[in-house]
Amino acid sequence: MDNVTLIAVTSIITAGFTTGIGCMFPALSEGKSVASALSSIAQQPDAAPTITRTLFVGLAMIESTAIYCFVLSMILIFANPFWNHFIAK
Amino acid sequence: MNLSPDETVFWQYGFITINLTIITTWGLMLVMVIFSRLITRNLKADIHISRWQGILEIIVTGMKNQIKEVGLNKPEQYIGFIGTLFLFIGFANLCIIFPFYEPPTGSLSTTAALAICVFLAVPFFGIKKSGIAGYLKSYIEPTVIMLPFNLIGEISRTLALAIRLFGNIMSGGMIVAVLLSISPFLFPVIMKAIGLLTGMVQAYIFSILATVYIAAAVQNSTHEQTSNSTINKTKEDKNG
Repeated sequence: MDNVTLIAVTSIITAGFTTGIGCMFPALSEGKSVASALSSIAQQPDAAPTITRTLFVGLAMIESTAIYCFVLSMILIFANPFWNHFIAK
Repeated sequence: MNLSPDETVFWQYGFITINLTIITTWGLMLVMVIFSRLITRNLKADIHISRWQGILEIIVTGMKNQIKEVGLNKPEQYIGFIGTLFLFIGFANLCIIFPFYEPPTGSLSTTAALAICVFLAVPFFGIKKSGIAGYLKSYIEPTVIMLPFNLIGEISRTLALAIRLFGNIMSGGMIVAVLLSISPFLFPVIMKAIGLLTGMVQAYIFSILATVYIAAAVQNSTHEQTSNSTINKTKEDKNG
């Protein structure tokens, strides 16, 4: 295998793993936070607006980690800097 | 596959480039300004108001209440900035129901510009509230040791704001493009409908996070000066 093939193989496998792992754990933690928010809304329906707003902000914070992984794998596939370096050579 | 509307270039001279993002942004701004100009041309304080005035009043009072709930007690000072952010991002994301429209928020340059606006607005409002010394003091708030962490936090949250909005909108467009090539036409439509929801949620998140950052700067720097008002607040809480 020459350098370009090696880089392609590594980037594709890494991109898959990045998105896979980066979706798995944020999904787990989002489920956890939604579950606890739901149970606290069930206990105190009066506080529902505050809980919902905080939940949305928190979910966006958690989800942004998944989005970072996604952006990273997009860079690895579509705009790989190492790939361009070796093709230009 | 196009990663962002930045790659569609119409005109280029030296480092000045006119691309699809700029065109769409100015088009959206033009539409929003013209519409709100037309609606606010003859406002009435009557019982019978026009429907369009009703819509604008709902939007403005809704934003005001949201800002107030986060903890900024005078939303009139901040609604100009935060409301603009919300309206622009929300409108830009809602327009994806039109065919051949590419949201300008799906380009990293737009979102980075918006995030830099937030980055500059935080010290602006903080200094306006309590002077330069009072604002700078908020960086060494618990102890001096926290100074580098506060600085890193300031920069990393700006980066996070930009990447979050960009990634969400870009991934929506990309999922539709991928689904178009492998599945029947029904599924891209469903994903587009979910994209509408995500777009509005992201607009809300972006502006609420900007509000939270501004509120932190404003309240941190006036922590000791306004101990009286906190006492009043606790009294109000007890009464209410």
